[in-house]
Amino acid sequence: MELPPNISGYRIAGATGDFEVVIGMEVHAQVTSKSKLFSGAATEFGAEPNAQVSLVDAAMPGMLPTINRECVRQAVRTGLALGAEINRFSVFDRKNYFYADLPQGYQISQFKHPVVGEGTIVIDLGEGKHKDVGVERIHLEQDAGKSMHDQHPDLTFVDLNRSGVALMEIVSKPHLNSPDEAGAYLTKLRTILRYIGSCDGNMEQGSMRADVNVSVRREGEPLGTRCEIKNVNSIRFVRQAIEVEARRQIDVIEAGGSVDQETRLFDPVKGETRSMRSKEEAHDYRYFPDPDLLPLEFDDGFIDAARDSLPELPDDKRARLVSTLGLSDYNASVLVAEKESADYFEALLAALADRGADTSKLAQKAANWVIGDLFGALNKAGKSITETPVGVDAGAQLLMLIDEGTISGRIAKDVFEIMFETGDSPAKIVEEKGLKQVSDTGEIEAIIDQVIAENPGQLAQYRDGKTKLQGFFVGQVMKATGGKANPAMVNQLLKPKLDG
Amino acid sequence: MTDLTKFTIAEARDGLRKGDITSRELTEAHIAAIEAADVLNAYIVKTPEKALAMADAADARVKAGDAPAMAGIPIGIKDLFATEGVRTTACSHILDGFEPAYESTVTQNLWDAGAVMLGKLNMDEFAMGSSNENSYYGPVKNPWRAEGSNEHFVPGGSSGGSVASVAAYTAMGATASDTGGSIRQPASFTGTVGVKPTYGRCSRYGMVAFASSLDQAGPVTRTVRDAAIMLEAMTGYDPKDSTSINREVPNFEAALTGDIRGKTIGIPKEYRLDETPEDILKLWDQGIGWLKDAGANVVDVSLPHTKYALPTYYIVAPAEASSNLARYDGVRYGLRDVPQGGNLTDMYETTRGHGFGDEVKRRVLMGTYVLSAGYYDAYYLKAQRVRQLIAKDFRDAFESVDALLTPTAPSAAFAFGSKSNDPIAMYLNDVFTVPASLAGLPGASVPAGLSADGLPLGLQVLTPAFDEMTLFTICGVLEEAAAFTAKPDAWWTA
Amino acid sequence: MSNINEDTVARIARLARLKLEPEQLAPMATELTSILDWVEQLGEVDTDGIEPMASPVDAKLVWRDDAVSDGNIQDKVLKNAPRREYGFFAVPKVIE
Ligand SMILES: [Mg+2]
Ligand SMILES: [Zn+2]
Repeated sequence: MELPPNISGYRIAGATGDFEVVIGMEVHAQVTSKSKLFSGAATEFGAEPNAQVSLVDAAMPGMLPTINRECVRQAVRTGLALGAEINRFSVFDRKNYFYADLPQGYQISQFKHPVVGEGTIVIDLGEGKHKDVGVERIHLEQDAGKSMHDQHPDLTFVDLNRSGVALMEIVSKPHLNSPDEAGAYLTKLRTILRYIGSCDGNMEQGSMRADVNVSVRREGEPLGTRCEIKNVNSIRFVRQAIEVEARRQIDVIEAGGSVDQETRLFDPVKGETRSMRSKEEAHDYRYFPDPDLLPLEFDDGFIDAARDSLPELPDDKRARLVSTLGLSDYNASVLVAEKESADYFEALLAALADRGADTSKLAQKAANWVIGDLFGALNKAGKSITETPVGVDAGAQLLMLIDEGTISGRIAKDVFEIMFETGDSPAKIVEEKGLKQVSDTGEIEAIIDQVIAENPGQLAQYRDGKTKLQGFFVGQVMKATGGKANPAMVNQLLKPKLDG
Repeated sequence: MTDLTKFTIAEARDGLRKGDITSRELTEAHIAAIEAADVLNAYIVKTPEKALAMADAADARVKAGDAPAMAGIPIGIKDLFATEGVRTTACSHILDGFEPAYESTVTQNLWDAGAVMLGKLNMDEFAMGSSNENSYYGPVKNPWRAEGSNEHFVPGGSSGGSVASVAAYTAMGATASDTGGSIRQPASFTGTVGVKPTYGRCSRYGMVAFASSLDQAGPVTRTVRDAAIMLEAMTGYDPKDSTSINREVPNFEAALTGDIRGKTIGIPKEYRLDETPEDILKLWDQGIGWLKDAGANVVDVSLPHTKYALPTYYIVAPAEASSNLARYDGVRYGLRDVPQGGNLTDMYETTRGHGFGDEVKRRVLMGTYVLSAGYYDAYYLKAQRVRQLIAKDFRDAFESVDALLTPTAPSAAFAFGSKSNDPIAMYLNDVFTVPASLAGLPGASVPAGLSADGLPLGLQVLTPAFDEMTLFTICGVLEEAAAFTAKPDAWWTA
Repeated sequence: MSNINEDTVARIARLARLKLEPEQLAPMATELTSILDWVEQLGEVDTDGIEPMASPVDAKLVWRDDAVSDGNIQDKVLKNAPRREYGFFAVPKVIE
């Protein structure tokens, strides 16, 4: 198999030389839908056990599957968002195996003919570096129920609420070469899914889980044997799992052994992967077309409508923010990483425009404020952008106050802090606290004279050539005005007085 | 006093509508007949109280001027159909005590049409069998015995309880299901009419699955008209079954015109097997004569892949069954058997090992094997391709003929145990019925005569998909011409 | 000619989660072998270029609208359970 170049150059040093890691991912993403893939039961998270279960989901004798249009539509939209080929003819197969939380004794999935074929995900590796990662396919399938092994000394409890929930299995090519790349892949995939709304990307609730295929090889050697690490449920764990698994495989090879192709489980507590032999034995899934379902077929009209429903995708949005607003690639990438952040930023620009601002001039400042001040405060408060106490209008007002010179950037930080706490408008805060910037020449000159008079020693040193002391005088003036003096004016008026 | 159980559905319907009889009277007569016929073992669950309540409801309905075709007609239900609150086990130990919280669409349609449920009918476990010897509840006895003999015969299968109850006048009609011949072959063995409609006509929702791409419900009755009436009530599009077909249900009874002039009937030469008994071949020739006499054109046709139908079926059906029966695992319903200290896998293996009978195990293993890694292409995919050729044979033949006439089965009813040790000999029972099942075509068996031993024999009519109208027209003509009036002597009431 | 031996029967019985007693393996092997020998006559048929037929229905899948129309029937779901606890199905403990 031809693999793309390992551009990040990540290597793991072994005792006998460096190794390269080759990673492929199978991501199970829960499709956003009200009801299940093949039944009318609800999909909401957190219901009473077995409450969101139909007789179909419980595989009662004689029950039959009927397919949910929305799940098909979302899979097609996802395929389109990844620039993938959409298969107008696909087939549901049965994957046969026994497990307590698999009521039918088979999972309805797509094996030979998936609904979506090859596509691409562009991952962001920082410093403006990007890499194209191939997507092999996306297929629709049913989720299983949930087994709980720790509720009773000698029983396992089975809850079928998830049984039959629609999943998209998004299978990448083995195009990833480091834990960072794997992390970036998941991050990007999650971003895209959330942009288009085909999956909520909530990894804690299991809406996105990754099976990670890891192999190692010495440079230039053929691909090594891969192990599949099942069901890793956070990006951090994916990175850790790759690191420890690659290390394990290198140790096996360097000890003269060979890696067994097997399924493994990542244990984040112990920081190791271990073999899942129990699931491994006799895995012969006996796939065959599900005779309860006919082939899944749709026309170009369906695909076109799905395409028309797509929002601007993150890569396009980032490119636009850079090219039309002059944002840095870094700022643009940060803003588009979450659709809600990008939405906030764009609404903020619109609000500035409404107030008559020249947004092409203000965009970079607005971006810095959103990324620095707003995200910083949200982060500290443990809030998401959708929970921000500082709305788009208040943010725009604040930026306008700075831009118009009503308050200084320094004061703006204090105002923002109060806004964030109280939700008050910046104008009100500035008014009530008397924070308006002092731009009155006479007033500032008077204070400068006073400061110079109070610091004769520093003045002498300045005039002896220690011109850096200008900063000291600026600070004293600002202090004396409670930070309200217009800093540009202070500098402008101070210099001639110091120089005498 | 007239014996109300001897009425046909059509006669009872008319009598009910005219007010000559009530459903309660009809139903009581049948409940009594069922009690007297326990030795047949046709019913595995009797629901007399439910029956009387439904009868009273039907009487009220008829009185109010709302008398759909099946109003007040007492029928039996093959145990394959889920009946809400009434034990449904597909005659398998593994579904021990299972009481569905739902009703199959076919039975619901019948209840909506006013029919009255007498009880659940015996069958081969999961509909796997051709003699009803594979039931967890024991075999069903054929109401027919050979002339001058007291020996018992099988009723055919898998719908053995359905045909026996109708032949023995313990139900006016019965639901049945046909995967490879399970309506038609037992109908032939018991002198009853059995109709398998086009695949997709009847919803499979709530019908315990054997082989999903083949299973199709249909009625067993004593006359062709009754079958038309009952089938019409059973069929109809069901959005709960993705393989159900959205087509208007015709008035099947209206097909009974007796007029087949100008119709062309094909006689497939591949059905003339060397080993077919003389009396069956003779009956077939008679049937050809009757159709000619009624003004049909009879021509020879060829269905070249006929001999491959049975082997194809015995790959496809077990493959689907092995997967369909995976849900019987002891977790959510039915039998659970865990050895002392056993784990989940032990529970599966023991439950399924105890819960399934020998024939079911054989087919589950066979199906598992043909789908397993390395064998799928050679067996399963190959069979699917041959299935396509078999379907194509029929399509080609129906380019030039309106229907096909064949014997229903290669023998009359046989003695218990005579074939149960040789699976292939048993499978050969379906040699004439399986091809149409694979192609999804409608077919019916009409009683046409008696074997040399005095056991009933049927003739099979096959038509193109969704042409049940022609099917009923021809069956009506055959029935009239055959004038099959023989009846089993009612030894079981003795 | 296919030849299913006792090991093969044991393997597929394991796959199918069917307990067979040791003495059942040999007769089952014989029966399955004879059935497979019989079905292998399909090898005579030329199926080159023939599309596999999965269903007699020649139609495309009909779609359901995305609405919650089912569920909330925990009692019906659990009604026939051999063992249930606190609204769950209960099975012998699984050690993962
Ligand atoms: Mg996978
Ligand atoms: Zn999957």
